[in-house]
Amino acid sequence: MSTEATREATVTEVSEHTVEIITDSGEGAQKCAQIFGQTCAKMGNGVWTVEIIPAEIEPPHHTVTSTSGNIIRFGTGKVTNWGDQSKLALAFNEQVLLSRHRLDSLDDDCIVLLEAMWQNHEEEAVRRQYQEAMEEMSSRNYRFIGVPIEEETLKVVSNPAHGKNMFALGLLTEVYQRDLSIVEKQIAHIFRFKSQQVIDLNVELVKAGMAWARDNLDFRFHIPSVPSEEDRIVMNGNQAAALGAIAAGMEMCAMYPITPATSVSHELAEVIENYGGIVHQAEDEIAAAGVAIGASYGGKVALTVTSGPGMALKTEFLALAIMTEVPLVVLDVQRGGPSTGLPTKVEQSDLLSSIYGQPGDAPRVVIAPRSIEECFHSMVTARRIAETFRTVVIVLTDANLATGVQQFTRPKLDVRWQQGPLDLSPLPEGLRPYEWDAQTGMSRRVIPGTPGGQHTVTGLAHDEASLVSYHPSSNERGMRMRSRKLAVFQSTLMPPEIHGDEAGDLLVVGWGSTQGAIEEAVDRARAEGHKVSTCQLTFLSPLEPGLRKIFGRFRKVMTVEINYSDTVGDPYITEETRRYGQLAWLLRAHTLFDIDCWTSCPGQPLRPKHIYRNIIAKLERAESVEKEGEAS
Amino acid sequence: MSAPSLSLLDLEEDSRVCLEAEDYQRRPGKWCSGCGDFGALNAVKRLLAKEQLKPEKMVFVSGIGCSSRFPHYVNAYGFHGIHGRALPLATGIKLARPELDVFVVMGDGDCTSIGAGHWIHATRYNANMVVLMLDNSIYGLTKNQTSPTTPEGYASMTSPRGSLLPALDPLQATLGVSNASFVAQTADWVPAHLYATLQAAYAHPGFSFVRILQRCPKFTPDIFEQRVKDPNTTELLVHEDGVDPPGLEKLFKARRVHDPKNIDEARSLARRTDMLRLGVFFRDDSRPVYEEVRAVPPVTPQEKINRLNQEFERYAV
Repeated sequence: MSTEATREATVTEVSEHTVEIITDSGEGAQKCAQIFGQTCAKMGNGVWTVEIIPAEIEPPHHTVTSTSGNIIRFGTGKVTNWGDQSKLALAFNEQVLLSRHRLDSLDDDCIVLLEAMWQNHEEEAVRRQYQEAMEEMSSRNYRFIGVPIEEETLKVVSNPAHGKNMFALGLLTEVYQRDLSIVEKQIAHIFRFKSQQVIDLNVELVKAGMAWARDNLDFRFHIPSVPSEEDRIVMNGNQAAALGAIAAGMEMCAMYPITPATSVSHELAEVIENYGGIVHQAEDEIAAAGVAIGASYGGKVALTVTSGPGMALKTEFLALAIMTEVPLVVLDVQRGGPSTGLPTKVEQSDLLSSIYGQPGDAPRVVIAPRSIEECFHSMVTARRIAETFRTVVIVLTDANLATGVQQFTRPKLDVRWQQGPLDLSPLPEGLRPYEWDAQTGMSRRVIPGTPGGQHTVTGLAHDEASLVSYHPSSNERGMRMRSRKLAVFQSTLMPPEIHGDEAGDLLVVGWGSTQGAIEEAVDRARAEGHKVSTCQLTFLSPLEPGLRKIFGRFRKVMTVEINYSDTVGDPYITEETRRYGQLAWLLRAHTLFDIDCWTSCPGQPLRPKHIYRNIIAKLERAESVEKEGEAS
Repeated sequence: MSAPSLSLLDLEEDSRVCLEAEDYQRRPGKWCSGCGDFGALNAVKRLLAKEQLKPEKMVFVSGIGCSSRFPHYVNAYGFHGIHGRALPLATGIKLARPELDVFVVMGDGDCTSIGAGHWIHATRYNANMVVLMLDNSIYGLTKNQTSPTTPEGYASMTSPRGSLLPALDPLQATLGVSNASFVAQTADWVPAHLYATLQAAYAHPGFSFVRILQRCPKFTPDIFEQRVKDPNTTELLVHEDGVDPPGLEKLFKARRVHDPKNIDEARSLARRTDMLRLGVFFRDDSRPVYEEVRAVPPVTPQEKINRLNQEFERYAV
């Protein structure tokens, strides 16, 4: 490995590239990547980013477990997922790099810009650790380039811990020929609470990184961008959900800190008071749900934000909201489970518990945005459904959407999404608080302060007057009415769109954040002539209509999900004993079709190549089963 | 009893129309005969009539338990919630609608056991609401289980050989919470004191925590037998800033002038077990009130859209 001398750089034009920035936790990889990703987006490239976050704030440095970083996939066209592997890695030490190597995250020909100070470090143990790591990685064709990151940073600042990330940003800015003026603006924004001196110093570091790359690196990449005809904005899914909540007129977000949902409340806390609302940090997850329900009962549109463990705690309150028909929007940013599971990582394991997770029958709406853009709009949709049907709407995003950054069409805001003044006009004589329409189960919402409307809502079984009633027919009527609302809502939905042909050998069904990766894999298989299509569900309870009809046009149907399912052939696992992925389970019950699944729960987003492989495997399996059938 | 479904418009137009205590009762309470909850309901009705509160401008929030049926019997809006969770609901209502009068009714199990976390934090939030903790020292609705306030040695279905631990003292606990602003104790067998205490609680701008000692006729009928029989074992805390209901001087000879501003004295009195003490232990109306701290100016829908469009500029590509 050598530091290369100044030479003419060759510029390679590519339609996309994936770069990862990996450091010890606390070395600022996120800031570097955030600015780089935002700059790419602002230059008109399609972007998707994935955060690599350890669960601890600062685990022991220079170890494989301390890896913190970010993967940025950007290209000429739209980018919908993190792709297969990274083409360039910028690593502050060989251990964090090794962790990425072990996860098979790096392309075989990956260019590795690696901090040069460890190779000849004065401590023998450090040198040995370095050598061992390099040997382990020698099985690949990585192109290692040593960069004196710390040494160069020290020329600008006295403490390299606060600065190496900006020097690294400079390297990337030069290698990918990014517009420095945009980088500077991003730096000014990200350090907007710091002094001008801090901002200037960071810019200086970026320039130092650029200069070093100019003098020492012989390659550049050019990723052309296509100017967009429409206005676009760029943000991550939690920011999108937060701004979506404001666009939806929500004036109360009650929450308790939980990864990876908390940043929604950070975003809201910063701005919501300019919109007449507040973020209430409750004493626990249960209280957060209670305060939101109380505020909603009082007439405000309320939101509570959480993740899986918090959902479990809120369960009883959600059932109360459903029973009392108080509208409520719940955002569950899913993480790995069960129990504390993988706090910072992605999983889609809260589907069934979101739909069924409480004692008794408590029908509610569950929707899963499929992109960052939908994280925004789903909040508007959720509020509207919650209020129209006086029920709970759970929005299921996940860690992939939460921290992933993507640009999307700037939403055209509609004043009707906002809440008008409370209607407190006196109630007509004799109107009861649950005057359920016999057809639809819907009833008028009576808000405290309304003269003549006094009644007591209760989680106990009750009649139309909200009087506690244990009468058999009254209880069954209440159940029926609450359930009917879901059917009425379902009647307003459209069947899912099919990506690919309307019929074929295999239909891949996904839900939520996996849309981009699944469609990319399906497109790859289709390009090879396979008759594969896909549809991505967003309404999970009630399910989108027409599924039986759609599934019937395909020889096989298979879900792809980021959750657990048994593999037939493993010890004790047969077709009979097998536990299915959560959507597969739901769809099997709903359609009575023999729906298969391929699921994976690695704590990271799905790779298109893995989905592709399993699509091909499924097709081959189906073919061989059919041949066997013909032979016998 | 006049019809509860009176027209409030008439009330506004005709100031002579006056609501009587009975007008605030929606339907008769369905508690056991002799239950202390009746006394609390009567005192509340008297308070509402005295203050002439509009039924539609009040919300009674409760959890689960015998006492939590309270909202069903009051002519007001009510939210009969889930066990232990009345306070978060009430906090949400107060944040959304500070102009509403919020009353919270909880039992000892509801407040000091399953809802203990909310109790501590709601005390600290100090939202302006009247909080009635109907403390009969037992789980009644689930039929006789030990609660945190059950006296040591007192037997129940879950502690047949007697409760093993000293009872939790809700007064000391509440007085120990930062930003507590009103802590009082009264008893169902002294209706005049109960009524006066509720008046003081309602008048206080903040989280007015009132522990109402009472007897469960089924499971703890004898729990205050000595106190009821011998008024000399009870000391009234009196002060112009607290309560000093007229007509109790003859019955309760033991009277102590206690300035409710004095938190140290309040804590010291709460800790002492030589006598039963009724009165306002602590009151400080200068404490921050949560819904006031969190108040933000309203913004019109159109203005919100304008501001959000500006916000987007930060994220513009």
